[in-house]
Amino acid sequence: MVHVEFTPHLSRFLACPPLDVEGSTVRTALDAVFAERPALKSYLVDDQDRLRKHVALYVNDRPIADRTGLSDGLADGDRLFVFQALSGG
Amino acid sequence: MELHVATRKGLFTVRPDDKDPVSTPSFLGDPVTSVLHDRRDGTLYAALDLGHFGRKLHRSEDGGATWTELASPAFDKKEGDADGPSVSLIWTLEPGGDDQPGRLWAGTIPGALFRSDDRGDSWRLVQSLWDLPERQNWFGGGYDEPGIHSILVDPRDSTNVVCGISCGGVVASSDDGENWRQTGHGFRADYFPPERKDDPSIQDPHRMQACPSQPDTVWCQHHTAVFKSTDRGDNWTELTEARPSAFGFAVAAHPSDPDTAWFVPGIKDERRVPVDGKFVVSRTRDGGRSFDVLDTGLPAEPSFDLVYRHALDIDPSGECLAMGSTTGNLWFSDNGGDDWRLISNFLPPVYQVRFA
Repeated sequence: MVHVEFTPHLSRFLACPPLDVEGSTVRTALDAVFAERPALKSYLVDDQDRLRKHVALYVNDRPIADRTGLSDGLADGDRLFVFQALSGG
Repeated sequence: MELHVATRKGLFTVRPDDKDPVSTPSFLGDPVTSVLHDRRDGTLYAALDLGHFGRKLHRSEDGGATWTELASPAFDKKEGDADGPSVSLIWTLEPGGDDQPGRLWAGTIPGALFRSDDRGDSWRLVQSLWDLPERQNWFGGGYDEPGIHSILVDPRDSTNVVCGISCGGVVASSDDGENWRQTGHGFRADYFPPERKDDPSIQDPHRMQACPSQPDTVWCQHHTAVFKSTDRGDNWTELTEARPSAFGFAVAAHPSDPDTAWFVPGIKDERRVPVDGKFVVSRTRDGGRSFDVLDTGLPAEPSFDLVYRHALDIDPSGECLAMGSTTGNLWFSDNGGDDWRLISNFLPPVYQVRFA
């Protein structure tokens, strides 16, 4: 399981407690998050499912490398952090 | 008397005659890019741009006390197209005709028109306009991408719809949005090579408003000058007597007198402040042959206010006007602009002012 946590900023708009999902990549983990919380999807990705420019994703202590394909691998016990980038917005 | 004021940091309800005219805002801290009070059923709609988290759409059935998030106008996902479009901003919301309950139109950046027939619960792209060949000529003005900011539904026949685009001129449909044609002949684009300055598809009509009782008369504050149409936007004539300048964004059309309209001039595109620091409103009451400059109640000292394209509105009586500025000032007039009263000078930058 991957543990997913969200910036408190998102809780202004919708409930966003942490959750645990299955996923071997960032993409599949996010798909699992969106399946469970469909209202969250448009907050993190655009109409074409591209990660929004000012949303930052970290796996454990490192930013993801592939913001386009979200192909960064995940292992059991990893933590995926959904932050707001400190730019734009 | 009530108006809704969409700002960079929330949506305010303003009752100009109240002792404390400005409400506690909805969406405190969030940019509200468009607001619509649907006079057909009293519903209030607000479009947000959350920056990090994209544009959103909300609806209130109780005058803004509580809000429900709706589906936002969105493009279908195009598999395999890394550059597929995505709505970045809901720029304007308009109701359909009185004979079209539930119908809403949304103009967006990039320049697309979306239609809802269920009070915003669901939306679909007006594909025929997105596929209009001339759209390839459109380009962004102020924003990186072109956008639809004016949607005029003909009160005589709500299947006649006209849209204004920055920068993409004017488009019109006579069949409820099924087919579109590029109209807007007679504009002049001084920002383009001479050979193209008359091209209808590259024009920047900052804002268009029609006279509700005679909707063939349409006023336009264009990037280059002030124009008027008497054939619902197909053809335009420049009003060369506009003063103190030809540049601005906002326009208000009198609800019953097709000869009367208001504008809020600025110096020019590369210097978006009042002429000589003197913030004024201009008004024509003779169809654009001459313009009054109205300043009673407006700042006597140098001002740097600019009124965005959606931030000047007129009520159905034609007597009350309200406008909000980028500096966060809000003014109200109950006599057609002859006299103005400051309602607040502590608001966030104002995106839209709309009478309930």
